[in-house]
Amino acid sequence: MSEVKIVEAPDGIAGEGYFLTSFEKVVGMARSHSLWPLPFATSCCGIEFMATMASHYDLARFGSERMSFSPRQSDLLMVMGTIAKKMGPVLKHVYEQMAEPRWVLSVGACACSGGIFDTYSVLQGIDRIIPVDVYVPGCPPRPEQILEGIMKIQDLVRNEPLRRRNEPQYKQLLAGYGIE
Amino acid sequence: MEDFKEETLRDEMVFPADNGQTSITASKTRELIQSEQDLYTLNLGPTHPATHGIFQNVLQMDGEKIISSVPTVGYIHRAFEKLAEHRPFYQITPITDRLNYCSSPINNFGWHMTVEKLLGVEMPKRVDYLRVIVMELARISDHLICNSVLAVDTGALSGFLYVFQMREKIYEIYEEICGARLTTNMGRIGGFERDLSAKAVQKIKDFLIEFPKVWKEFESLLTRNRIFMDRIVGVGAISAEMALDYGFTGPNLRAAGVDYDVRVASPYSSYNDFDFDIPVGENGDTYDRFLVRSAEIWNSLKIINQAFDNLPEGPYHADVPEFYLPPKEEVYNNMEALIYHFKIVMAEIEVPKGEVYHSVEGGNGELGFYLVSDGGRTPYRLHFRRPCFIYYQAYPEMIKGQYLSDAIITMSSMNVIAGELDG
Amino acid sequence: MIKLTSEEILSRIQSAFTEGIVEAYESFGMLTVVFKREINIELLSFLKQDKDLNFHFLTDLCAVHYPDRENEEMGMIYHLHNFFTGTRIRLECFFPIADPTIRTIIPLWNSANWQERETFDFYGVIFEGHPDLRRIVNVDEMDYFPQLKQYPLEDAVREDKNDAMFGR
Repeated sequence: MSEVKIVEAPDGIAGEGYFLTSFEKVVGMARSHSLWPLPFATSCCGIEFMATMASHYDLARFGSERMSFSPRQSDLLMVMGTIAKKMGPVLKHVYEQMAEPRWVLSVGACACSGGIFDTYSVLQGIDRIIPVDVYVPGCPPRPEQILEGIMKIQDLVRNEPLRRRNEPQYKQLLAGYGIE
Repeated sequence: MEDFKEETLRDEMVFPADNGQTSITASKTRELIQSEQDLYTLNLGPTHPATHGIFQNVLQMDGEKIISSVPTVGYIHRAFEKLAEHRPFYQITPITDRLNYCSSPINNFGWHMTVEKLLGVEMPKRVDYLRVIVMELARISDHLICNSVLAVDTGALSGFLYVFQMREKIYEIYEEICGARLTTNMGRIGGFERDLSAKAVQKIKDFLIEFPKVWKEFESLLTRNRIFMDRIVGVGAISAEMALDYGFTGPNLRAAGVDYDVRVASPYSSYNDFDFDIPVGENGDTYDRFLVRSAEIWNSLKIINQAFDNLPEGPYHADVPEFYLPPKEEVYNNMEALIYHFKIVMAEIEVPKGEVYHSVEGGNGELGFYLVSDGGRTPYRLHFRRPCFIYYQAYPEMIKGQYLSDAIITMSSMNVIAGELDG
Repeated sequence: MIKLTSEEILSRIQSAFTEGIVEAYESFGMLTVVFKREINIELLSFLKQDKDLNFHFLTDLCAVHYPDRENEEMGMIYHLHNFFTGTRIRLECFFPIADPTIRTIIPLWNSANWQERETFDFYGVIFEGHPDLRRIVNVDEMDYFPQLKQYPLEDAVREDKNDAMFGR
């Protein structure tokens, strides 16, 4: 049997029978290794996402093999592909349904900025309607890039203060997008 | 075909349900609607987990049975046609990539062939054969994704994981040829940008040895699998007349029993040099579509083998310096190449005026390019005949009277690709 | 079934329609017939139903906008195909943009349904008799027809792309 790697414990004081660390670190560690992604795949990048979650690149290695197709039960919204103006309200609706804490990964040039489709019908970047945590460039990005995007999200999740979502700055950010 | 009456056919058409125990005819459906039973509306999509890509269907349901459906499309409308009017000919290849992104090279070469037809350029045999090899690889990758996703929708995930490994191999071949995986932007107007490298040749050879085993195993898992057959035989059937009426082409039309294939009907890129069959189905149901795609994969392999064995020597691009972008090292070291490079990029070349229609057999059917040129730098008008867009309109008719879960697999067996659908 | 030459096809069309055919020419190996919009259904159904011509498959239909042609700004282009002989034909008709109406061909082919909706969506061509003529790919609120030549390609609301950056 191959060696099983387990997550390293956060910094803390260890002694006989006890281990002291801050609650925040434990929660962050646990969250970052059990992200439930909601794949919002619209076009070409969605096919690369399929490659990412298939056996060769294996997204499951990062604790994200459980795709959550219901926005209510997911932590990470992965937007992959062109979002047309017609799709914009739908995307926003999906984001609004997600429970806190929630993160957004914007995969591909189209989702990040509209990409090569600088046209009347395409939304020029999803950050016009929802806040984005990590951008992955590429048209489409390689699976390695998508994986790196997920790892960046994991970093964010690991280091996020517990109270961040209750702070007025965060409320203000959401209000800037018209989200209650 | 002239005697074909739309109304009678629809009335007599039997939509199988309950695995043959009872069936519901179209006239019966109409009755049901008139009697105003307890119908309810179900909004399926555009982000429903069971649909791949973004399709919205507003269904009228009687219990689990679909009485009628109204599809909405356009959720990733990207204005390809308007975009193409603003781009020089050689910059349109990236747009075609994103039409049917499961088999981009076919679209790329289709576009190149359209322009070559307009310019009146003859391709060397080697280019034709190389194109055929890559296009058939693309067809394999397209069909295997469709068939394996169909298996996923019926509950068999492992086949998908297994087969996707082979798609990775095809991606690797693309990477050796052009450097990209999915949206390949492969080739140029007038040929290829470089010759097949030794590594690419080796990779294709390996693929030709490795793939048949995998596909055979995948087929043996599913083709005669009792559960799989019970699930999909007779689901989403369409008759040949109706399929033609709705403009079906490609594997979906062939599954209904019409042996129309652009590769044979109007051969392009030396397809008439190769010996291959056109598999046809009988009932036009999901099972037939599955079988036709499987058989086409074997025929594609046959074509690749033939093209690979008889690959002619010679140049990898046509001798048309006024249209073919010269290689970069030539541009830096050769005066003539620099001039041509400048002329092509700055669009000071003469393009004939006129209208061209060219079509290729894409992964989903006849992919047509209608190009109007006014002699300028960009096309005056470029219309894509997108097979998905045309045949998806038959979907409400096909799922009428079926169970909801059968509607899902009908869609996945039709291989509706959102990029191609919305244009 | 014998494959007819372009001349034979044309002479059959001309003998069936003494009026209404404007011109005919061959363009890159495809017979192109320009007709008047008043006869579109009659011409197409003749081509579909004639035993020898048998253009039974509607490959494609689309519109083209020529703003410079007076009274012929809009063009409707139909592509038909005969599978048995592998013959294709292109049919075109032109009409003024002030009156962009033409009869629908859904009675002949159901596949025309969405393609006509798309043409309406892009160019504003009104298909008389179409059962469900509304926008298909664009948002319903759109108040112009984006493929017409006078409208820009780019998204008008983008503020990061000013003209100075592009030397305009």
